[in-house]
Amino acid sequence: MIRLEKPSVGFFKPLVFILCLMPLGLLLAGLYNDDLGPNPVESMIRTLGDWGIYFLLIGLSITPARQIFSLPWIIRYRRMIGLFAFFYVSLHFLSYIWFEQFFNVDEIINDIIKRPFITIGFICFIMLVPLVVTSTNRMQKRLKKNWGRLHKLVYLVSILAILHYFMMIKADYFMPVILLVILSFLLFYRVLTHYRKRR
Amino acid sequence: MSIIIKSSSAHEVKPSEITSESEYLNRREFIKHAGLAVGAAWAGGLSLPAAAKAADYGADFPGLIKTAYGKGESLTSFKDATTYNNFYEFGTGKKDPAVNAQNFKTDPWSITVAGEAAKTGTFHLEDILKQVQLEERIYRFRCVEAWSMVVPWVGFSLASLLKRFEPNSRAKYVEFETLYDPEQMPGQRRRVLDWPYRDGLRMDEAMHPLSFMATGLYGHHMPNQNGAPIRLVVPWKYGFKNIKSIVKITFTEHQPVCTWNVTAPNEYGFYSNVNPSVDHPRWSQKTERPLGANFWEPKTDTLLFNGYAKEVAHLYQGMDLRKYF
Repeated sequence: MIRLEKPSVGFFKPLVFILCLMPLGLLLAGLYNDDLGPNPVESMIRTLGDWGIYFLLIGLSITPARQIFSLPWIIRYRRMIGLFAFFYVSLHFLSYIWFEQFFNVDEIINDIIKRPFITIGFICFIMLVPLVVTSTNRMQKRLKKNWGRLHKLVYLVSILAILHYFMMIKADYFMPVILLVILSFLLFYRVLTHYRKRR
Repeated sequence: MSIIIKSSSAHEVKPSEITSESEYLNRREFIKHAGLAVGAAWAGGLSLPAAAKAADYGADFPGLIKTAYGKGESLTSFKDATTYNNFYEFGTGKKDPAVNAQNFKTDPWSITVAGEAAKTGTFHLEDILKQVQLEERIYRFRCVEAWSMVVPWVGFSLASLLKRFEPNSRAKYVEFETLYDPEQMPGQRRRVLDWPYRDGLRMDEAMHPLSFMATGLYGHHMPNQNGAPIRLVVPWKYGFKNIKSIVKITFTEHQPVCTWNVTAPNEYGFYSNVNPSVDHPRWSQKTERPLGANFWEPKTDTLLFNGYAKEVAHLYQGMDLRKYF
């Protein structure tokens, strides 16, 4: 088992990479086939935003999963998952700028200032940037202890991302509630392990 | 080959020109060709222009009077108008109503009339419809969520219906109520909204000649997901004012309760007139996206009172439309 680890990660990484691109692939196929419904722009922005949050939550599941199920090697996928979260959040933001506002800078700034749910979404995007910049091995080494501290920002980003989702809903909170339950579990796990270590 | 069929047919018969019988027959012919074009275009990875898709026209109302309302507007496709719906009684997703309303029973149907009127009671829809003259009107429809469509509705003027109940002088408003039946309406099993759905109009708004009761669209009986068997269409107001599957009409002295207004009073006012200069708190209402519009095109400008300002602006003279949004 241990001997298989290294080659299997090398083999599976490209596969996981392609898997992570699937949501985008399906979206582009839907766009190409005129299959995104009568309001394709809305469908695209929502889907990209959904996947941004899903990848944040998948990224946050890796530490609990490797400890609970004794799968130490899955840590090697964490950076990639995190970068994909940023990838989908960026596309979500880009498609808003492009297809929703058509690069109307005044309207975009107006939205970011005036509409709290957009403000929060924008803050999430901005907060992810330093995490992406410091995602390399070199940065990790250079920042030492501070790297871990900095990357705890992802907890805040995830909370705000789901808040962003809550705030754009008109009446049916089912989906964000589900996501919040999952996030609560993932964060609660960390609080738990934190206090266990202390004892 | 496919492109030739598509473009030539689309030019010969514009669905926006709904006038003569011959044109109507032409359209029937066009549908057959459109079927071919759809298949071919799909295979070729092309997206069809909205005009070609709009051809799915029914013949459920023989001898239907075509009116001049909305002449020259280019119609949303039947498919888009009947698969992208806000009808929370059948689910909150846009596609949900078309799926979940399939077995909704709308016959027999009756409407209870109550409140400040001489003739109150419960009336069979059948009997109501015997006394009205159905006609087709093409109206723009603007959802508060900033999407829009153009629909050929079948129905009759709301005023002609309301007058029959002889509202008295205390009738300042009229309130409508949607059916409450969680057995049939799965969306009502969760308290997403304060069921039953209610909405209302000021009496002069209700009596305005543009206010319409619809029992069909695109020559079809009203599809369940669009509010069968009978719904309101008030084209200068946001879509949610156009209450669906109506079972009760009450004439009242005081402003009626409106479901969305109760849900979020700062976002959905009683009037909810389409107004590009009064934003929804969470998004701008300056522009809108027509259903079926080209993905790569920017949104189109929203018009005051959804373009019906000439007809209805006088109803709100002297009113601060920011305050009475």
